[in-house]
Amino acid sequence: MREFGYQRVFDVPGAVALLGTDPEARFLGGGTNLVDLMKAGVERPALLVDVTELPLGRIEATADGGLRIGATVTNSDLAADPQVRRHYPALAQAVLAGASGQLRNMATIGGNLLQRTRCGYFADLTKPCNKRVPGSGCPAIEGEHHNHAILGASEHCVAVHPSDMGVALTAFDAVVSYETADGPGELPLAEFYLPVGDTPHLETALPSGALITGITLPPNPVAAVSRYRKVRERASYAFAIGSIAAALDVRDGLVREVRLAFGAVASRPWRAREAERLLTGGPASAEAFAAAADAELAAAETLPHNAYKVTLMRNLVVAVLTELTEEATR
Amino acid sequence: MRLTFTVNGRQQEADDVWEGESLLYVLRERMGLPGSKNACEQGECGSCTVRLDGVPVCACLVAAGQVQDREVVTVEGLADYARQRAEGGCGTGACGTSLDDAKRWQSKPADGRTGEAGAFPQQLSAIQRAFIDAGAVQCGFCTPGLLVAADELLERNASPSDEDIREALSGNLCRCTGYEKILDAVRLAAARTEEAV
Ligand SMILES: Cc1cc2nc3c(=O)[nH]c(=O)nc-3n(C[C@H](O)[C@H](O)[C@H](O)COP(=O)(O)OP(=O)(O)OC[C@H]3O[C@@H](n4cnc5c(N)ncnc54)[C@H](O)[C@@H]3O)c2cc1C
Ligand code: SF4
Ligand code: FES
Ligand code: FES
Repeated sequence: MREFGYQRVFDVPGAVALLGTDPEARFLGGGTNLVDLMKAGVERPALLVDVTELPLGRIEATADGGLRIGATVTNSDLAADPQVRRHYPALAQAVLAGASGQLRNMATIGGNLLQRTRCGYFADLTKPCNKRVPGSGCPAIEGEHHNHAILGASEHCVAVHPSDMGVALTAFDAVVSYETADGPGELPLAEFYLPVGDTPHLETALPSGALITGITLPPNPVAAVSRYRKVRERASYAFAIGSIAAALDVRDGLVREVRLAFGAVASRPWRAREAERLLTGGPASAEAFAAAADAELAAAETLPHNAYKVTLMRNLVVAVLTELTEEATR
Repeated sequence: MRLTFTVNGRQQEADDVWEGESLLYVLRERMGLPGSKNACEQGECGSCTVRLDGVPVCACLVAAGQVQDREVVTVEGLADYARQRAEGGCGTGACGTSLDDAKRWQSKPADGRTGEAGAFPQQLSAIQRAFIDAGAVQCGFCTPGLLVAADELLERNASPSDEDIREALSGNLCRCTGYEKILDAVRLAAARTEEAV
């Protein structure tokens, strides 16, 4: 590991000024991803600017009935928050489904959104990887890719985004706020992660040097009946091979409103808008759920070892929406 | 940099620390506290679990600079930490585990089984005794991290369900025991604490 400097910052303008646009400096949240990548040599910053003492550690109700979550709130505190649990249960469930207690205690919201892919080649300096070294190639396509993308990938990179939290936030239309030297800005999560295309190394639309200051969840009554379901290779403490965040409002057997997002299928949390569109106003039945899932997954492009994900996601949609229907009509 | 932080209730300083060293390295190599184990170094196994300002974290993923002015409890200080908790704080003013005591820390069970401390000053905490009594230790490499994590679970939740235990310890991997004896140990510690109350 290369030597680097470390500095704590206590106010947002100071943090942004210190980082500047220095390509060698990085913000440090809990460090659970960045320190790991530094050990592997994937990240080699000269300076770490520790943001965890910034006054961004609170979760507050907004005037319109939504929630504002500070960027340095830990994953543990987010999952334990009573407002989150009551109004956005799938969000608390998603966070708790990620990593382990030890890691969630350190990990921040900002860091979670910006965590890098777990594609094995990305962290292995002896291998080519377009995301790490643009233009070097993507060995995953011919190699190990059983947990790689089926939606929205390209011939340049088929990695998936590993965040569980991000899937629930995507379903609930979260907005990311940030601060740069030029002032504050906002990005809806739907526009936060860039399409892969031929630039897999460019992952987000955040301006360079931007500090994430928080996430805002708009008021979302439908989110009160929501669920996160994660499939992994063991019962706990593993990354998803497929996951779903869903919220449903059913009256008289008809879907009034539905939110659906998929995890571990694309380079970003995947909002299943086509499925939502087909379901809205239609019957809340297993057949309708399956048809909507099929429509969403029609665009899937699979590789030899990840085709199982199409069936997995379809089954997840049917199972979770069926459970939510039962919950809503109980 | 000079790193100043609290280890097991006593303030410690370490000089010439490079900010990027992990907390785990500082504890083991600079403080001479090898209780926290170094296994995967990537947050996956939990054998380096310590408490940082009260919450369990993987010391291998914490950069030294991050612990400046903070409080760390390692497995070497766990017995004292648990005692203080039971007694409702540091009544005598002589709490904490000195570095010397921590370095020489060992369990000297009088009869080799029950974990009753013999002549040695450090009593075992309830969870440590339960690990011995339940036979939850084989090679022992995972044990320090599990003790710290399990102790924190019982602090939060005096009578955890099996599911609670599994989830709370899911960040701690063990390659030897198959976990059953570890679950037994946590159940045993919980049951004994309930009896005692
Ligand atoms: C063994 C292991 C298992 C895991 N399992 C899961 C899992 O199952 N599901 C899951 O979702 N996650 C999992 N994770 C990942 C974990 O959730 C992330 O590591 C964590 O959320 C990152 O947060 P952090 O604060 O530690 O980020 P850091 O490591 O501090 O930072 C990550 C990135 O974000 C940047 N950054 C941090 N804060 C800000 C900010 N405020 N503004 C701008 N940039 C910022 C940093 O510069 C860095 O590039 C796992 C991690 C490990 C080590
Ligand atoms: S899938 Fe993406 S991250 Fe993985 S090797 Fe290919 S380019 Fe790199
Ligand atoms: S050594 Fe820290 S988690 Fe394995
Ligand atoms: S006892 Fe050997 S790893 Fe757990």
